[in-house]
Amino acid sequence: MSTRKKTPSKAGREKGEVLLEIKGLKIEGFADDEWHPIVNGVDLTLKRGEVWGLIGESGAGKSTIGLAAMGFARPGCRICGGSIVFDGIDLRAASEDTRRKLRGSRISYVAQSAAASFNPAHKLIDQTIETALTHHIYSREKAISDAIDLYGRLQLPSPETIGDRYPHQVSGGQLQRAMTAMAMSCRPDLIIFDEPTTALDVTTQVEVLAAIRDIVDQFNTAAIYITHDLAVVAQMADRIMVLRYGDTVEEADTRRMLKHPEEEYTRTLWAVRSLYKEEEPGEDVILRVHDVDASYGGAVKVLQDVTVQVPRGRTVAVVGESGSGKSTLARVITGLLPPSKGEIYFDGQPLPRALKERDKKTLQRIQMIYQMPDTALNPRHMVRDVIGRPLEFYLGLRGAANDRRVSELLQLIELDDSFIDRLPSELSGGQKQRICIARALAAEPELIICDEVTSALDQIVQEGILRLLMKLQEELNVSYLFITHDIATVEAISDEIVVMYQGKLVQQGLKTKVLKPPHPAYTELLLSSVPQMDPDWLTNLLEHREETGGMRAAGN
Amino acid sequence: MTAGIDKGPAAVGQPRARRTLLDRAWRELKKAPPTAWFGMIVILGYLILALFAPWIAPYGQSQVFDMPYSPAFYEPGWDPHFLLGTDQLGRDMLTRLIFGARNTIGIAVATTMLSFSIGGSLGILAAILRGWFEQLLSRVVDILMAIPSLIFSLMLLSIFGSNIPNLIVIIAVLDATRVFRLARAVAMNVVVMDYVEAARLRGEGLGWVMRREILPNILPPLVAEFGLRFCFVFLTIASLSFLGVGIQPPTADWGSMVRENATLITYGSFTPLLPAGAIALLTVAVNFVVDWFLHKTSGLRDEH
Repeated sequence: MSTRKKTPSKAGREKGEVLLEIKGLKIEGFADDEWHPIVNGVDLTLKRGEVWGLIGESGAGKSTIGLAAMGFARPGCRICGGSIVFDGIDLRAASEDTRRKLRGSRISYVAQSAAASFNPAHKLIDQTIETALTHHIYSREKAISDAIDLYGRLQLPSPETIGDRYPHQVSGGQLQRAMTAMAMSCRPDLIIFDEPTTALDVTTQVEVLAAIRDIVDQFNTAAIYITHDLAVVAQMADRIMVLRYGDTVEEADTRRMLKHPEEEYTRTLWAVRSLYKEEEPGEDVILRVHDVDASYGGAVKVLQDVTVQVPRGRTVAVVGESGSGKSTLARVITGLLPPSKGEIYFDGQPLPRALKERDKKTLQRIQMIYQMPDTALNPRHMVRDVIGRPLEFYLGLRGAANDRRVSELLQLIELDDSFIDRLPSELSGGQKQRICIARALAAEPELIICDEVTSALDQIVQEGILRLLMKLQEELNVSYLFITHDIATVEAISDEIVVMYQGKLVQQGLKTKVLKPPHPAYTELLLSSVPQMDPDWLTNLLEHREETGGMRAAGN
Repeated sequence: MTAGIDKGPAAVGQPRARRTLLDRAWRELKKAPPTAWFGMIVILGYLILALFAPWIAPYGQSQVFDMPYSPAFYEPGWDPHFLLGTDQLGRDMLTRLIFGARNTIGIAVATTMLSFSIGGSLGILAAILRGWFEQLLSRVVDILMAIPSLIFSLMLLSIFGSNIPNLIVIIAVLDATRVFRLARAVAMNVVVMDYVEAARLRGEGLGWVMRREILPNILPPLVAEFGLRFCFVFLTIASLSFLGVGIQPPTADWGSMVRENATLITYGSFTPLLPAGAIALLTVAVNFVVDWFLHKTSGLRDEH
């Protein structure tokens, strides 16, 4: 502690003074009996009150650097080079005890999944004030009143009483804000936000972003904001650092970086959203969901009077926030959840309601691709089995004929034969999703239901998957029912859009019609909540909403 | 720790040379702790004894010599024909120990396998079907588990008669309750995965879903449990034999050998402890190996 130059006073936090200086940071991870470099020499100088955005694909080392800023390395990782100086304290040389005293009180961390980070057995308020109490900063009464104040500043509903709830009793967006309050409780000098809004709906994301930005500003806290969403980082950060494979690609002021990216890689990141498909109206209806109600056993209807049509060879996007019934619609169509009312017609014929009543031929014609390729592929099945099984099951292909078709399908999804003997754990996220697509294609289906197929992937990978899906549609004339909450994806690939809200249909129509104003109130909220690359977007949006007093997300 | 992060960019997107199963197994073995090695060597030794008993043992398993209670080599008056002496009827102890390995281990393996096929398949089935099927099975299992199993098997053996097939079936059914609970609990976590749903959507039958989708993913805990269950079954058989309802004479087995020679212990001879020691050694060895295996598959990692 003797190296500390001055004692920090909470009041005298001036902007401009260097708070955190990382030089030549090198981190290694242990896998397959060897140490692999994860971060190779990254420099970062953070001033008080400044927000840095770290962006890059997964595996770029963003989170690892974020944790290293606290002098911490995950189990199985080690910091092996460089220096990390926080307010005059060399975190690498400091004892574990010194570092532990800093964590929580002067440097705090907001994790990606608030739901997984809160202890379900304790009330929010007890978890919020825990750090302040263990560091003996406040008395219990003072800490509680302070937490209530923070809840208020973060615009949580009824701040006095929300702390008495347990984590499962509040929504995801509220939990993420409660976690920010927890991180704020000791008024730290530095907060590390690790993808705090990635798991949230766009409509909720806006509110969390606004709350975070506001509170960081109020207390003049420095922050490192880690994300893979460029539009989000544009709203939050003063400076942006682009990372790839553990190296700094480039680093600049947010506005400059957005306008004049210097490196080729940065430009490809920026250009991702350029994908666009001209809509085509389709006449030949392949799937018609007519006036369907559905519920999970209880009296609450998850779907109410839903009517959706999918034309052959076209893409219909279903959008809405979580809880809007998008995924339930998919379950109804696949027969996993028989509807309580209404009919589903496929190619003019009524579909049997329950999965058990459908024959192989019917099952073959409707295939599904899942959101999480990690859980959609059996970790013990090799690619050969994954793709080969539907070939054998539906088409009766065996032996050499099966192998030949598997390798054709691999070619179709732009992978080569070397993948045939791999297990899912030996594939990247994008490759796994491609294998899932190949599995669906193997059945030679007419309709593929895509349930949030890109939301678990990085943007560059997302683009690749979307391009592939579009190419396959052109070649095979397959129809997609594309479920997503990402409006950017919808704009890119759909022909028609279906908007859903709380189990009901808001709108169905051609893409340009739905996206063009005037919108119904909910469509308006949904569309305006999609972050834009303009750094002033959030400010303008909030001002606009303040004036008009529009509707809020269902989760709040 | 997620695989994506710690493998680093080098592992993403590039085909990695695939290690053969044998190669990987050997790498794991080289890293195994000494206790695991000890366990494996002991088990291997027992297996050799069990498989080649007729060739290794000096005499037949129920060959009677006219010199009961002949002392062993560590006692005065040792007869060099009988290394470990003879029992109350004049049968060679060493021979019976070796044949005992064969009988006891063989029956224990058969029983454990049977109990795993019953408990495992019913457990997975319960996890898939849920509803009344699961409720019914779980309650039946609760009832069976509420009765002390040694007393219960004693009772059943006296009712149905004490022969080897009965012994195997009764112990297997009683032990299957434990396997059922484990299999159901771990399968429950796998059943909710998307790949199981995908298989059902494809129209796969129950058999496929159980065998190909679920079983491979719950195998590690089941294999570990197999080792432990084997020990328990083994001990149960020995106890039942000791009580006289297990493996019937003249078939050699360690439990009844302890009982038959128990009186010797009052004369200061530890010959009856030899079969008991054989049981203890095998149990310890199996546990060492299971322990290591559990550690390997549970994802617990040593800190580097």
